[in-house]
Amino acid sequence: MGKLFAVLVAVITLISAGVFISRIWWLPPDISVLGVGIDHQLMETMVASGVLFVVSQLVLAAFVWQFGDRGDGRAIKTFPGGVTPMVVFATVLVSAEILVLSFVGTKVWGGIFMSPPNPNALHIDVQAEQFAYYFRYPGPDGKLGATHPELIDDGNSNFFGLDPANDTAVRDDIVSASLVIPVDQPILLTMHSKDVGHAFYVPDLRIQQDFVPGLVIPLQFTATKVAKKEIVCTQLCGLGHYNMRGYLEVQSKEDYQKWMADQVAQQ
Amino acid sequence: MRTKVLSSLALGVLAVAAMGALAAPAAPPAGSITGTVTYTGTPPKMKPIDMAKEPTCAKQHPTPVMTENVVTGPNNSLQYVVVYISAGDQAGPAATATVRYDQKGCEYVPHVAVMEAGQPLEIYNNDQTAHNIHPLAKVNPEWNKSQPPGSPPIQAKYDKPEFIPVKCNIHPWMHGYFVVLGTQNYSVTGNDGTFSLKGLPPGKYTVTAWQEKFGTQSQEVTVTGTGATKADFVFKALPY
Repeated sequence: MGKLFAVLVAVITLISAGVFISRIWWLPPDISVLGVGIDHQLMETMVASGVLFVVSQLVLAAFVWQFGDRGDGRAIKTFPGGVTPMVVFATVLVSAEILVLSFVGTKVWGGIFMSPPNPNALHIDVQAEQFAYYFRYPGPDGKLGATHPELIDDGNSNFFGLDPANDTAVRDDIVSASLVIPVDQPILLTMHSKDVGHAFYVPDLRIQQDFVPGLVIPLQFTATKVAKKEIVCTQLCGLGHYNMRGYLEVQSKEDYQKWMADQVAQQ
Repeated sequence: MRTKVLSSLALGVLAVAAMGALAAPAAPPAGSITGTVTYTGTPPKMKPIDMAKEPTCAKQHPTPVMTENVVTGPNNSLQYVVVYISAGDQAGPAATATVRYDQKGCEYVPHVAVMEAGQPLEIYNNDQTAHNIHPLAKVNPEWNKSQPPGSPPIQAKYDKPEFIPVKCNIHPWMHGYFVVLGTQNYSVTGNDGTFSLKGLPPGKYTVTAWQEKFGTQSQEVTVTGTGATKADFVFKALPY
């Protein structure tokens, strides 16, 4: 029985490792500037934790094979010094691994969340609400006007709470249900939530960021390939959560300009 | 004998005639009020609705659906204006016909549904997606109901007159109105802005026109004969 368990542990370990190594379930190809660093970090984490996982599972299997209770009355051996040193040893080892990974990952993390806004970034305001995303671009005046939450009126397509009667800066603001951006252009999103917690997840951009009501959260990225990808909400946000999605359309600079001109004409 | 038969026949005829007269009195002469609703100034520009996140709805609309808060027609006419008798109407039996309200292509059809207080209302989901209709009633009880595709219609009714904005808790762009009135005598303007209130006995009436963005306007109208009395409404439109 002990040997069967040892074989089972070894087989499960090798099959799971095989799934990762063969990349059967892997992230979609990366289309962002930050993706390279994130993928590198992911790979480092995967290798470090993967090697430890495989080694520890195989050692476990070997120990079970070698020292498992065979029902022959032989005394079962314990870890030298008892359980306490074993737990301390395991805790120190895992903590050291997590600390090293966090330290190594700080650079990529800082690159996304701590770097100052790129002065050339295209600033787009995002409103998440049950159960849709809306994106607001500055119009020809290049300015995003102020928002007034008390003026939000979905029935009138005023998803951001703009006050065009009194604020001339918002009259030309473009509001779109899709995030259309030019390729190779740094983007700065300022993320708001109208109601509850939501998330902005585009696996292709390697970005997953929550919306928190009451906070304005900046998020920067640059897409490197022309593509149309789904934006999904990964924070359970209510009845229609399953249906909360939008589209990211990365367009060539010419197509983007055409799109923007169309939007301006519709104002 | 013969005289007796004749006189009873005559009595019978008279009785029948009298009964007939009781059951269906000759309708009094009825006139009507007709007119057009228009605007002056610049109305707000309606915007295209992007339904990309709901592909089953998006593909039903080859050209984008526009918002319908202020729908204008030729010669500055205003559509979806509810014109009704707000005073002077004679109470009749309550309306029993069911008012139908559809959710189709992620839109409310019609944009404005008018009903008398107490009149039954049925709400259908014709889409391949779930809706969650939420009429924002303040005077009447407020509720919202989820309706997955293929669900039976929702039965509802409102007992008190009220203008109720309707929204969908799943699709933020969906917007319509339930107009619950204390009368059956109403008309919703078409794209040409015209309305017609019929079957009005001579008398003094207050006619009110309601537009969801521009509010209400009333005027006194006296119907004298069987003809049509004219009453036009002009709303002042602002672009924002």
